[in-house]
Amino acid sequence: MSAPEPHDVVASDLALPGRLDPTALTLRPGELICLIGPNGSGKTSLLHALAGIGQPRGEVRIGGVDPRSLPPALRSAYLSYLPATRDIAWPLIARDLVALGDPGAGDMHKVERVLAQLGLEKVADRRLDRLSTGERSRILLARALVAGSRLLLLDEPTANLDPLWQYRAITHVQHLARREGRVVLVALHDLDMAARCADRLLIMNQGRLAADGPPNELLDSPIMASVFGVERSADGWRPSG
Amino acid sequence: MSLRLLSLLLALLVAGALVSLALPWPPIRDLLGRDQGLAATIIVEIRLPRTLLALIYGGMLGASGAAIQALFANPLASPDLTGTTSGAALGAVVTAYLLGFSAPLALSAGAVGGAFAALLLLLALAGPRAETATLLLAGLAISALAGALTTLALALSPSPFAFYDAYEWLMGSLVDRSLAQATFAAVPAIVSAALLLRLAGPLDSLTLGEEVAQSLGHDVRRLRLETICLTAVGVGACVAVCGAVGFIGLVAPVFARRLGGGHPGRAIGPACVIGALLLLGADMVSRIAPVGRVLPLGVITALLGAPFFLWLVAHMRWRLSR
Repeated sequence: MSAPEPHDVVASDLALPGRLDPTALTLRPGELICLIGPNGSGKTSLLHALAGIGQPRGEVRIGGVDPRSLPPALRSAYLSYLPATRDIAWPLIARDLVALGDPGAGDMHKVERVLAQLGLEKVADRRLDRLSTGERSRILLARALVAGSRLLLLDEPTANLDPLWQYRAITHVQHLARREGRVVLVALHDLDMAARCADRLLIMNQGRLAADGPPNELLDSPIMASVFGVERSADGWRPSG
Repeated sequence: MSLRLLSLLLALLVAGALVSLALPWPPIRDLLGRDQGLAATIIVEIRLPRTLLALIYGGMLGASGAAIQALFANPLASPDLTGTTSGAALGAVVTAYLLGFSAPLALSAGAVGGAFAALLLLLALAGPRAETATLLLAGLAISALAGALTTLALALSPSPFAFYDAYEWLMGSLVDRSLAQATFAAVPAIVSAALLLRLAGPLDSLTLGEEVAQSLGHDVRRLRLETICLTAVGVGACVAVCGAVGFIGLVAPVFARRLGGGHPGRAIGPACVIGALLLLGADMVSRIAPVGRVLPLGVITALLGAPFFLWLVAHMRWRLSR
């Protein structure tokens, strides 16, 4: 692997005891990186370790800075995390919730821009408990994107979305990676979507990184059978063996 | 909350405080004609501490109610329903009647210790993001236990008048407190409320869940401990002087969030002002109620707050059923 560039995200010896074995990883801007693996394989743990959740060991560097050591006002410029859960304790106004994603800036123009990008202008003044599940999911995705963070860690960003918004959301995230040069790591369960949109694939298994490479190469390799117990056929994914 | 609304609330607070100093008016009006020195003494020595305590205790209950509602992500968390005030009362009673330390500082320390123990027990029983039923059951259990232990402590007290002495205080009262006593409540309460205000941003981030709050750079464990310690210190110091007053810590944050866009952390400041207004109002009602005597303050706040609590429970049930 070539030497890290200044905008790369470099993780070394990254671990969460009992959940994630020590992992070394370099994530580059310009490509959409998808993280797949069966339930309990460590996808969320890897995202947590990169985001500094749960006292991970090891180091993460973005342009020489470990974002996990920065105070809240500076950290959102470096990293943003979207959890898989869509539960929100308080029924805030949708726009106000999106603004919470950028605690250092308070720039409402950024909030309005991301609301427009995700088609949320009409529901922005409504309370979260008055939105549909899909609208709430898009609001939470907007919250994760609003700060314009260099590293985006998105756990199932298309969950609860209808087919059109699954396509639009993943296309928007692709755009952020390919055109705006963000480092984007997306955890997905949908193998077909990973096949369609990923520029690079990471496969997790039993708390460690089992494979890292181009999607078409990995999705047709025997690792899919050994990790997921499935293989690709002309009709789609089916149990292997 | 808009600046205009906050200014209006603050203006109401000042007006309320002035009315509180003058209430009831006829005796003061008569005295002003005959003995202005005595009138001034009554206002400064009797009514000023009472008014200050209403503002400080009400403000502290409002601020701490908003903070622990944000912390537990539950609009039914409040110092009284979580057992914090009962724990503080137990701490003060044990310190005064069993350990024999009746100095104001010792009483405050005992009450703060009791409040802290109650909140830690609540956290252990109900968990950091408590379901409403679990939170209320745990709070009820802690309140019942603290109430029983308070009664036991009074029964075991060497003083035969312990129950009589403690009754008025346990029901919550601002009557006959000196300026020195008011200071013992005011200093810890003002410092705690000011420090709770600094936690507004991090507590708002908790809306997004613990994991996101951590990813945004907040130390959630420390935030939890700070909120609990500041609530225990502020509420404990007030309970040591004024006894247990219920429902202000429940009602004030709900109004504050309704007026200010719903942020649980940012509601701390407005809830502080609204709590002060509510307790000031309740104290004035206790003085002018046409029953021929001064009513216990805790009874007034409970009579006003309990129906609100019932409405809140019904409202939450209605929202969940939709």
